[in-house]
Amino acid sequence: MKKDKMTRREPLTDTQLLMSITIGIFMVMYILAMILFGGGFLHAQQIFDMLNDNASLIIVSCGLTIVMIGGGIDISVGAVTSLVVMSCVLYLNNGGNIFVSILLALGIGLAFGAVHGFLISYLEIQPFIVTLAGMFFARGMTTILSVNPQKIAHEGFLKLMDAKLEIGWLGYVAKNGNKVPARIELGVIVAIVCVAVIFIVLKYVRLGRNFYAMGGNQTSALMLGINIKRTRFLSYLISGLLSGISGYVFMMHTGAGNATNAAGMEMNAIASSIIGGTLLTGGVGNVIGTFFGAMTLTTIKKIVVSSGLNDPWWQSITTGGMLCFFILLQSVVLGRRAAKKKN
Amino acid sequence: MDSKMQESTLLQMRHIEKRFPGVLALHNVDFTLRKGEIHALMGENGAGKSTLIKILTGVYQMDGGVISIEGENVSIRSPQDAQNKGISTVYQEITLCPNLTVAENMFIGRESGAWIKRKDYEQRADEILKSLGIPARSTQQLGSCSLAVQQMVAIARAVDMKCKVLILDEPTSSLDDKEVNMLFDLMRDLKKQGVGIIFVTHFLEQVYEVSDRITVLRNGELVGEYLTEDLPQVELVAKMIGKELDELSALGEGEEEKESVKEVFYEAEGLSSSDAMPFDFCIHKGEVNGFTGLLGSGRSESVRAIFGADKVNGGAVKIKGEPVKITRPIDAMKHGIGYLAEDRKRDGIIAELSVRENIILALQVMNGFFKPISRSESEAFADEYIKVLNIKTASRETPVGSLSGGNQQKVILARWLLTHPDYLILDEPTRGIDVGTKLEIQKLVLKLAEEGVSVTFISSEVEEMLRTCSRLIVMRDRHIVGELKGRDLNQSQVMKTIAGGEA
Repeated sequence: MKKDKMTRREPLTDTQLLMSITIGIFMVMYILAMILFGGGFLHAQQIFDMLNDNASLIIVSCGLTIVMIGGGIDISVGAVTSLVVMSCVLYLNNGGNIFVSILLALGIGLAFGAVHGFLISYLEIQPFIVTLAGMFFARGMTTILSVNPQKIAHEGFLKLMDAKLEIGWLGYVAKNGNKVPARIELGVIVAIVCVAVIFIVLKYVRLGRNFYAMGGNQTSALMLGINIKRTRFLSYLISGLLSGISGYVFMMHTGAGNATNAAGMEMNAIASSIIGGTLLTGGVGNVIGTFFGAMTLTTIKKIVVSSGLNDPWWQSITTGGMLCFFILLQSVVLGRRAAKKKN
Repeated sequence: MDSKMQESTLLQMRHIEKRFPGVLALHNVDFTLRKGEIHALMGENGAGKSTLIKILTGVYQMDGGVISIEGENVSIRSPQDAQNKGISTVYQEITLCPNLTVAENMFIGRESGAWIKRKDYEQRADEILKSLGIPARSTQQLGSCSLAVQQMVAIARAVDMKCKVLILDEPTSSLDDKEVNMLFDLMRDLKKQGVGIIFVTHFLEQVYEVSDRITVLRNGELVGEYLTEDLPQVELVAKMIGKELDELSALGEGEEEKESVKEVFYEAEGLSSSDAMPFDFCIHKGEVNGFTGLLGSGRSESVRAIFGADKVNGGAVKIKGEPVKITRPIDAMKHGIGYLAEDRKRDGIIAELSVRENIILALQVMNGFFKPISRSESEAFADEYIKVLNIKTASRETPVGSLSGGNQQKVILARWLLTHPDYLILDEPTRGIDVGTKLEIQKLVLKLAEEGVSVTFISSEVEEMLRTCSRLIVMRDRHIVGELKGRDLNQSQVMKTIAGGEA
């Protein structure tokens, strides 16, 4: 029985194929960086730093992946993250409670998700326009709350920020001879839990598969008996919720609210999803791919810096090039597949 | 044969009425489907086939009439409702998700519980696929299957939903011969299991190959229900088009035979495109000829190949004896060929632009965009053709979208006339326009021919073709099956050729 399964293995699905390519490229790139630049790349802490810096990006990218699999787009995620940070910082600095601040973060995220989802699914307005409006709205609200940067001063929260997972054997010996353990922030654990939960939802839960069906062919999905409106609503709701979580994680990382927080994060999230093998046309994608997409994006930036190109525009230029390369690669790979099928 | 043995009525539709704003789409239509039969539903464009199907599948609500399934009156409120009552439909465009696996496609939307029971589904799917002889694996991504197999998966899904009535709406139009046979085997299999199948198609031969009974609709009314073996193909065509045979032969008076000795303008040998099978064709200077055949016979595809509107795959083309290469519309235009598309909304007019701008469009393209036609010049052209063609418009700057269908058609005609073509292809130029304008266009075609322009004319109305064309090329199932001229140019002969009685 088992042998039978082995000999008749299915070819990879489009989703699996694109994800494998991303993981492969990430590995090759990282190993190249280790060989060429050595130094920081040889320490495990390098990877952990990348995770620490990007936990909130990974979380919003997961939400975007769901929305994009369903054939939509959500460009409000960065602005909502920023609004959540500012709201929670102000709340905590005015003597708030940590538990309530978490609820506040989730609530803001869910509210944005629900309004977007309602307008897009039930009133059938273009997702791009709706979330663009949401983005402006959230950015505006953030600035109204405070034009000036707000540093967090809540003692309980500062303790929470400092709480780090330390792994001794993955650490390294610093120049002064001290042994420094590898440090992982709590936000990274939150991000990994998000990736895992969404992976399970997409793969094993009916709702998750309905996202794929909806993005694969909306008319068909309707004919097959799927409640398209509800499914689409839920995709934006989840994306909103994850923006809320992302905001809280962002705050735990930076410890300050700023009107320009998470600027451009939505674009980095879209880029991470696409590099991770999510198609803008919908129906194909996976959060594991997205995770590696975000890591690839970060690795590129680190490599650029390590090459001595310190000016920020070099990172933009390489990110642009990278995105272009991946989209080209995807269309070539999928195009060849389609051509092969025809023959 | 076995259908006669168990003649129990499965589905009955009686006195079905359906009104759309301004049109009576179905009037007093009856339809009966028995257990274990394949029943072909036939009719030309606008006959009401798809309206009837959509009522049965709950897409439309009927305005009058009764539907009963196995003797019980039912009302069908939505596609979902139809499925619950045992009516499943497989459409021409496959309504499955190509990015999911075969098993997922078979079970999605009808499972319960939050979790996917993947193993269960895959096992059940494999059993069903095996029992129906469908060459697919449950774990395969649907998009990696051929179109025919995808269609069969859709049927398998319907069968597993315990459907009693299976509607196949043009299932064979994108399949090749081998795939069609696979589908027919499956249909016969289901028939043995007692499923009633409604088969909608425009391929006559396929109807005779699998169906037991035929119901013909015309102009929203029932023409009749016949046993397939009792209805010769010629009669079927006559019933679809709406002329009795005897009446036709009386009309069959040969027109004056004008043997064309003029030079050949355009000649194609083995021309084929992505949508048209290889065919030979020629047209003389000043000749009006036409392509005829039922809907889907390939008449439009053929002229599109001549114009280079679809991807041309092969064939040798000569214009005035010189070999030329026409692979894009601009090539054809440069060689003096104009093409008036069948769907003027999609391929022809640009509704937001004015009458004047629409008229000069083709000429401008020919000249190239770096040599703009001056405003005064274009105004003069527009005025001239508005007068010549009697285009009813408020002014030459009125947006074309606000004109009536017939006048829009004249604007497109003006567009091509302005380029002074040697050869004009008119695909259904008179569809959906009033009788007066129709006549004007027919007269114009004949006048152009007198002036030495070659014209190829396509129309669904055979009478109109007979009036204007001196030579008719008849197509069936994407092949040319006959060429009629002179004495043979009469309705009964055309119908016989379409039906394949004697080619």
